[in-house]
Amino acid sequence: MDPLAALGEWFLNLLAMINLPPAVGQILLYLIGVIVIATVALVITIFNTWLERKIAARLQDRVGPNRVGPWGLLQPIADALKMLTKEDTTPAGADKIAFNIAPILAVVSVLLIWAVVPFTSQWYGTRLNVAVLYIAAVGSFGVLAVLMAGWSSNNKYALLGAFRAVSQLISYEVPLLLSLLIPVLMARSMDISTIVEKQGTLLEMFVVAAPLAFLLFFISSVAEVGRTPFDLLEAESEIVAGYHIEYSGFKFGMFQAGEFMHTFTISALTAILFLGGWQGPLVEQFPILGLVYFMGKSFAVYFVTMWMRSTLPRIRIDHMQSLNWKVLVPVALVLLMLTPLVDFFTKDLGNLFSLFVGSPAELTLSVRAGALLLTNLAIMLGAIEVIRRSVKRATKARVPFPRRDEARPPIEEAA
Amino acid sequence: MTPMQVIFIITAVATVLAAIMVVSRRNLVHAALFLVITLFGVAVNFILLDAPFLAVVQVLVYIGAIAILMIFAVMLTRNIQEDGAGEAFNKNVGMAGLVSFLVLSLLVVTLGGWSEFRALPPVANTSGAVEALGLALASADGYVLAFEVASMLLLGALVGAIFVAWPRKNENE
Repeated sequence: MDPLAALGEWFLNLLAMINLPPAVGQILLYLIGVIVIATVALVITIFNTWLERKIAARLQDRVGPNRVGPWGLLQPIADALKMLTKEDTTPAGADKIAFNIAPILAVVSVLLIWAVVPFTSQWYGTRLNVAVLYIAAVGSFGVLAVLMAGWSSNNKYALLGAFRAVSQLISYEVPLLLSLLIPVLMARSMDISTIVEKQGTLLEMFVVAAPLAFLLFFISSVAEVGRTPFDLLEAESEIVAGYHIEYSGFKFGMFQAGEFMHTFTISALTAILFLGGWQGPLVEQFPILGLVYFMGKSFAVYFVTMWMRSTLPRIRIDHMQSLNWKVLVPVALVLLMLTPLVDFFTKDLGNLFSLFVGSPAELTLSVRAGALLLTNLAIMLGAIEVIRRSVKRATKARVPFPRRDEARPPIEEAA
Repeated sequence: MTPMQVIFIITAVATVLAAIMVVSRRNLVHAALFLVITLFGVAVNFILLDAPFLAVVQVLVYIGAIAILMIFAVMLTRNIQEDGAGEAFNKNVGMAGLVSFLVLSLLVVTLGGWSEFRALPPVANTSGAVEALGLALASADGYVLAFEVASMLLLGALVGAIFVAWPRKNENE
């Protein structure tokens, strides 16, 4: 039997023994579940801060934290203690309530996503039939937190940073939602557990049939978190630190923790929606293996975000907007229109070919995946071609820098 | 009292109190933030009514888009921290109270006469509700006309907004 379910059963029986009504016991159990999931997410985050510093150091040919504990493993705890002992300041003229709620909201908006994340086939906070939409909805609290933080700080840099952040977050929500719809379309469900269940084999993984949606989702998620190369939100040279400039001590730590957790959360979501989540070999016999697969895939994606962070330069603000509106959104729209069409026309192709070869269901799957993959590649190539041409046109239209021989007519020597 | 009723009473009180704060705060940003609480309370009520789809859409559209847009616009348009929301345009308190009272009594009378409002029918199995909603919105027998008209209206609003915001060339000269 599932160890967690057994534990829950035991707890309920214990409460029944001290004559508590079953409804109260159920609510207590839910509360404990909430605390456990939130704690797991936060503990992973603490570990991730160490991992990120270590890996960034390796990528940049440094050593990274190595003084506190073995391999510097206790560094995050030392950092947290340092944060806690810092003075907690509130700027004069700040809106106290909004100023204090904003960091909490920033963490909560990320933690809420973990309520629907399936760790294994049995372990999940709740099974919601609109989970994908729910993820998009709770993300909007993060935007709210940024706005509140920027406005309530009574600081021009904070407000400017908040405006910049919100314009980026809202813009990138469009391709994010559009690319979220592709797995929903392919799994015929908005339930995130069903989406994982539909990706049983390697061929069924949505990254195979929809690599473009995978890329779109990943890019716009990274922009949504505001990490390099989309870290314009805290560009020190331009807006000092962005919306959290006035925060100190633990409240600043909350923003940092929220950002780190959000990065791991989007990695986990990418793993769930496109890489099959807890699916893997032998997972039917041993459901606990799902946790290993899920974490492995999540950390693989997380590694890519760390890799990007320690190698890529920051994108310019006009490029940030034009990448979104001129590239990601049109590509996502075209993909969203073509995916159902291709899916519809390849639905029965397997039956057609089954006269020649065996099992029609399997054939349909591979035909469908192949056709979708080709569609994705075609859209990708088309988009690259369009971008190439428009860049070429733009360079041509620009007044060229005068070359030396044109700019200065040769001096006549016979003067 | 079941736990559901306790949750309902807490959210209902919070929702109504926040709604009162929305209309009584002088500071527009505070009013907008209280509006967020009100909208969230409504979303919680949708969940209590076994309509998670509506709840999630409520949060996504009203808090994620509309409330954020309102806060954004309020912050950009005026220096709220100094002057409050400014003076009211007129003082039609009596008129506003009368109209509100009339609307409320109309609602009470019409909804009171509706039998299903008093005794809620038991909630059917909601597992296929989202699919049913989607099919109803897209089928010719359902609400496809209303759906398309609403889409056209929104598209028109978008085009209109772009037209209004577009810089005119002759103004620069």
